[in-house]
Amino acid sequence: MHPRKKRILILFAHPALEKSRVNRPLAESVTNLDDVTLNDLYESYPDFDIDVPREQALLAGHDIIVFQHPFYWYSTPSIIKEWQDLVLEHGWAYGLGGDALQGKILMNAITTGATEATYCHEGRNHCTMRELLAPIEQTAVLCGMEYLPPFVVHGTHQLTQSEISRHAADFRRTVVALRDATIDLDAARRLDRLNSDLTEVLGD
Amino acid sequence: MHGEQFFFQAVVYLGAAVVAVPVAKRLGFGSVLGYLIAGIVIGPFGLALVGTEGQDVMHFAEFGVVMMLFLIGLELQPTLLWRLRGPILGLGGLQVTITTAALAGLGVAFGLPWQMALACGMILALSSTAIVLQTLNEKGLMKTDGGQGSFAVLLFQDIAVIPMLALLPLLATAGGELAHGPGAGESHGTTWVEGLPAWAQTLAVLGVVVAIVVVGRYLTRPVFRFIARTRLRETFTAAALLLVIGIALLMTRVGLSPALGTFLAGVVLANSEYRHELETNIEPFKGLLLGLFFIAVGASIDFNLIASKPSEVLGLVALLIVVKFVVLFVLGRVFKMGLDQNLLFAFGLAQGGEFAFVLFSFASQNGIIHPEITDTLVAVVALSMALTPLVMLFNAKVLQPRVGTREGLTRKPDAVDQDNPVIIAGFGRFGHIVGRLLLANGVSSTVLDVDSDQVELLRSLGLKVFYGDASRPDLLTAAGAARAKLLVLAIDDPERTLSIVHSAKKHFPELTILARARGRANAYDLMDAGVDHIYRETLDSSLRVGIDSMRLLGFRSHQAYRAARKFRRLDEDSVKELGSMRHDRRAYINRAREMIRDLESVLRADLTGVDHQLDSAWDTDSIRGESSDRAPD
Repeated sequence: MHPRKKRILILFAHPALEKSRVNRPLAESVTNLDDVTLNDLYESYPDFDIDVPREQALLAGHDIIVFQHPFYWYSTPSIIKEWQDLVLEHGWAYGLGGDALQGKILMNAITTGATEATYCHEGRNHCTMRELLAPIEQTAVLCGMEYLPPFVVHGTHQLTQSEISRHAADFRRTVVALRDATIDLDAARRLDRLNSDLTEVLGD
Repeated sequence: MHGEQFFFQAVVYLGAAVVAVPVAKRLGFGSVLGYLIAGIVIGPFGLALVGTEGQDVMHFAEFGVVMMLFLIGLELQPTLLWRLRGPILGLGGLQVTITTAALAGLGVAFGLPWQMALACGMILALSSTAIVLQTLNEKGLMKTDGGQGSFAVLLFQDIAVIPMLALLPLLATAGGELAHGPGAGESHGTTWVEGLPAWAQTLAVLGVVVAIVVVGRYLTRPVFRFIARTRLRETFTAAALLLVIGIALLMTRVGLSPALGTFLAGVVLANSEYRHELETNIEPFKGLLLGLFFIAVGASIDFNLIASKPSEVLGLVALLIVVKFVVLFVLGRVFKMGLDQNLLFAFGLAQGGEFAFVLFSFASQNGIIHPEITDTLVAVVALSMALTPLVMLFNAKVLQPRVGTREGLTRKPDAVDQDNPVIIAGFGRFGHIVGRLLLANGVSSTVLDVDSDQVELLRSLGLKVFYGDASRPDLLTAAGAARAKLLVLAIDDPERTLSIVHSAKKHFPELTILARARGRANAYDLMDAGVDHIYRETLDSSLRVGIDSMRLLGFRSHQAYRAARKFRRLDEDSVKELGSMRHDRRAYINRAREMIRDLESVLRADLTGVDHQLDSAWDTDSIRGESSDRAPD
């Protein structure tokens, strides 16, 4: 028996997409996929005037939520924070009667300029990615969602075109596997970074 | 009863055009064939509504060709003309020489003396500028390789007429009087330079050309500006006609082709801000005169002569077309045209031209060619011209589908310098902000404005601004509306905005229109007209005044800003909703009252902080109300 397909909502945030080298191919790799909705936040809300009812309806209509963005100051671009502040309302996303997101999955898809080696206690950035992403993980927990390890592309400044294409293909495979529920979630939960061992997670 | 006679003629010609052209267009034949058939029908061998005066009409109507070349010049930036120099000299030069030689050779083979054969060859080597360019323009093929090649050859032929007129008298065998060639299209009349020594004639010609360039560059602009400021459309039309006719006359007087002179003037004015307006003003005259010319060609076909020796005339027509076609086709190959383009080029130019009528009568008057030969050849040329639209139709409908599509698909569309993605109508307080923002981000716009001072100022700053009233659909066409993506209507006259919308929606349904609206009522009208992007001109700045007023009264900036944003969203929603029901008066009033109440309550709620819809995220009441330690912060 085949497990039910999941619907995936990608909340995409890049304030200068026209200059993007890595995020654009990543996002393009998952457009035109059935059951995957790409919600380009900076395009929809150039003045941060976020349409809360629309966003809540989108969340309600999907099973897996992905924040896709470059890593800015150890966090998301500002519009995602604004989005969280406005959309994840008390009484809707959390708190009394706030169960709209119960049981859904949340994850990040991130690009960083610095290499993976710098994100450790001995490295220049002093923290691991998972430590830095704690606020988002805790947001997921508070809203009753499961937080999966992030899909991270490190060291973007040094990437060649063919490496970028490979990452884009990996991202597409990951999203498709999440959608078709063919991903090994137990294997995924053991990883720090979802794409550190895709063969293991995707079982191919 | 001279006047009555004139009106009768006018009714006959106009009536024939009005009936024949729409029918021909509907049948897919193009207007040229319609005119020609109309001419045959009303001519001496049809209904006999016009007689031999058709010849005079033809000479008069040839002026349409002059106007057409002026318009073509206007479309041609000098840089583009310079880029075409290779095809003009190479393709054009080879076409004229080789065709002349081939036809002259045939003439000799038929037993003509070589002088006569050479004269016939030269005259028949010319093609019909009027028919070819009109047909190419009508089908939008001017920018294709075949179209550009045709144009280059025709331009060279126009230039070649001048030396031909000088050469023809030297070929006289019957001892006809040597006369200096008058300009083409002007087979009588005298020139100012007659009797001058050759060097002085050359000097005079050069002088006139230089004068046209200098006057076109430096004098026309202030003159047109002065005229445009009167805001009387007919004055501008008169000035445009004066310019074209004046140049034609001047050129004729120094013995040059008037078409060449106006073409040159057109090129000089191609960068002028008055270009589109000139085009728009001359265009109808050109169209009418050319139509008249085609009718006259149709009416002048001598069916008696054809009937008296049908096989000879038809054989010569076929021979002429075949010889010209073969030469053109081979040249097209040499110049590396694709097969589809080459067929268009070779079929298009394979006829005799209108200059032949002039040159044949000149040649027979000067005893260069026997009158009976010229009579036959005039009929041959007229028939070959009449057949051209049919031949081109055959090419387009039968041959091109077999050969054209293959190359047509892989070819990229030709880039045209003038084609901007945006047309801005009105470049005053409103439009210039739009244009500057776009320009600062590398998007160029074609700008149309009716204030000549404004246009002058902006052009002096290096902006591409054209003088003209965008409510005329023909001007929109000239500004490239068929290829633009957006039309920004930034003019401050709601009536004119609406009339532009109507004509743009009708003629250019693909254009996205962004329209400035004066207020709600105007916005409704624009919605009814099908405009999707409507901007009430004072909305944004009034909201900003509102925001600043609130701030100065002590509100927090962010609160004032959000309130204005909310206000605007609700207000725009209400415009949309009310616009759809405004024709039902009672429903409109009820709903309007309701909406004003809604807006008020929403705004009031915002201030007292109980509205759930507005910014509940920053509202901690609900969290405080819930005694829970799980809430963040």
